[in-house]
Amino acid sequence: MRRIISVLLENEPGALSRVVGLFSQRNYNIETLTVAPTEDETLSRLTVTTSGSDKVIEQITKQLNKLIEVVKLVDLTEGAHIERELMLVKLKATGSQRAEIKRTVDIFRGQIVDVTSSVYTVQLSGNSEKLDGFIQAIGTSGVLEVVRSGVSGIARGEKVLSL
Amino acid sequence: MELLSGADMLIRSLQDEGIEYIYGYPGGAALHIYDALFRQDKVKHILVRHEQAAVHMADGYARATGLPGTVLVTSGPGATNTITGIATAFMDSIPLVVLCGQVASTLIGEDAFQETDMIGVSRPVVKHNLSVRHPEEIPGIIRKAYYIAATGRPGPVVVDIPKDMTTPNERYEYVFPKKVKLRSYNPAIRGHAGQIKKAVDMLMAAKRPIIYAGGGVILGKATDQLTELVRMLGYPITNTLMGIGCYPASDRQHLGWLGMHGTYESNMAMHHSDLILCVGARFDDRVTNATEKFCPGARIVHIDIDPASISKTIDADVPIVGPVDAVLKEMITLVRESKEKPDADAIAAWWKQIEEWRAFHGMRYETSPDVIKPQEVVEALCRLTNGEAFVTSDVGQHQMFAAQYYKFDRPNRWINSGGLGTMGFGLPAAMGVKLTHPDDEVLCITGEGSIQMNIQELSTCKQYNLPVKIINLNNQALGMVKQWQDMNYESRHAESYMGSLPDFIKLAEAYGHVGVRIDRKEDLEPKLKEVLAMKDDLVFVDIYVDRFEHVYPMQVARGSMKDMWLSKTERV
Repeated sequence: MRRIISVLLENEPGALSRVVGLFSQRNYNIETLTVAPTEDETLSRLTVTTSGSDKVIEQITKQLNKLIEVVKLVDLTEGAHIERELMLVKLKATGSQRAEIKRTVDIFRGQIVDVTSSVYTVQLSGNSEKLDGFIQAIGTSGVLEVVRSGVSGIARGEKVLSL
Repeated sequence: MELLSGADMLIRSLQDEGIEYIYGYPGGAALHIYDALFRQDKVKHILVRHEQAAVHMADGYARATGLPGTVLVTSGPGATNTITGIATAFMDSIPLVVLCGQVASTLIGEDAFQETDMIGVSRPVVKHNLSVRHPEEIPGIIRKAYYIAATGRPGPVVVDIPKDMTTPNERYEYVFPKKVKLRSYNPAIRGHAGQIKKAVDMLMAAKRPIIYAGGGVILGKATDQLTELVRMLGYPITNTLMGIGCYPASDRQHLGWLGMHGTYESNMAMHHSDLILCVGARFDDRVTNATEKFCPGARIVHIDIDPASISKTIDADVPIVGPVDAVLKEMITLVRESKEKPDADAIAAWWKQIEEWRAFHGMRYETSPDVIKPQEVVEALCRLTNGEAFVTSDVGQHQMFAAQYYKFDRPNRWINSGGLGTMGFGLPAAMGVKLTHPDDEVLCITGEGSIQMNIQELSTCKQYNLPVKIINLNNQALGMVKQWQDMNYESRHAESYMGSLPDFIKLAEAYGHVGVRIDRKEDLEPKLKEVLAMKDDLVFVDIYVDRFEHVYPMQVARGSMKDMWLSKTERV
């Protein structure tokens, strides 16, 4: 089952490599990984999406907690949560395609953020399925380049992951 | 205000940490540190002949004393040579601090001479590693390194020290922190009271209980509490290879150790139990055999300081995260106060069954009128040293014979590489023990394969006068490899035979020690007596033992705990 694990990590050199190393050492799988500093400059927030049986996920969270630089973590998928991913995509856009692409972008509530005579660059955010859905709707033949940020997530309601 | 260079700060921090011995080998990036070491006399340095041995020496010291061991090496090859030693300590949760020189911070990343990314290389086999980025950080980092190494589930910590952090004429204020506080590292200090209560209720209701104890009991200094609880309950106890000595082997309630080469009775009792109380063990594959066939009728209570060890391979019904000594203490109180008492009839019937298993097999081997059996050697050693020696071992058949036939009644005396299975561990570990226990008998039971993996340390033994006794069970082959080839590869002995063994007697003599060969059965005991009487000499005892002997019992691969070979021909 797919899980989103959100981690508060000491913002120190080498901390990220420990997290990534753990996944490969123990044969866990990383689907996406995002990391950036938080409002507290001593902490980074890391979000990893992974999949595995309940037993494997339990081990992943326990092993992550064992890392000295991991301060706190939460499995967001255990409760209601919001997940978002940002995608930038360059699309071939000539002739009649241009209007069609524009319509599709609007349906998906994306934005065209750069334009040339033959290319649209589209920005789209949402959960991962929505981004997949957009690519499917456009058709892969028109896609020149895709860059996705990986998943970020946060719990719904008053639950907070902080010190 | 005291101003010190980084190198002096490092040594001063070791003094303030109470470190008496460090084991190491100098080199370019560590020379400022070695100079600081030279200019004082509180911290004593032991010069090994290979950095791997320095780590095993520190490890042997740590296992015998329960205190963290310290290693000092240079960058690059000095640092990488420690990796096997670090991994050995990591797998057995042994507290070590490994101080590694590094090229100057200005050179890092430029493929400088003797540069290796030691933080990266060591990462998978350390509890933590730390890098010095400013000389002033050194006292705090050293304090933190020992704190992390020795608390919670212990383990090795590497400290990487670029050469420019130790420059002699750059001095900074020296402040050794009194306390360490890490917001992200807080090992449990007690177990969950509700869980402990539940565990005690289950213990009282059990009809076929068994206590399964591991190295965590020794590391957690909880042998007294374990012994008290087990005696109070009157239940059978088995332990892992790493747990040997956590409960007196000579006690009637002790079934011997369990697993791949464990006793028949302990494996049978585990398989047929209805409740397993696991204390500081981790259901390792060498214990459980096939996990899906593991102890089908047993409910499991698992006490461990490391939550990740619980339900990793075998699911626990009652997990208890906490230090074993504190948890056992609470259990003792609850058992004492409990209104429920163990079901005397059920426990008596369970013991009757166990005694039948014990009588059916126990530990036995066939003797021969003329060939020396390796088991006899270990039994003789146990008799001659009253079971009180420190025994280190390497890895293979000799390790299993030593663990099976030397009866340890005390913890910290059986010292072996259980998790990683490192050949070459025995001699340097024995040296680390002997250095701090000069009046105790220290035996290194080894084989002719393993001993050659760190044989150069005979030179270190000469320099520091470390009269350990090396007991080489010489079967002229890599015995355990050969046994597996006999059992699984129709006796095709691929590379398991060593056709050009050195003359170990001459070799020992070349290093300035005494060598003794024993190849006749009638000489075994008298000669061993002579050897043990040579208190001031390192004696290399080369004993020619049965070349065809196998270690039994041996669990059948992919079977349950009760599926064992008891000899070359008997399988149950």
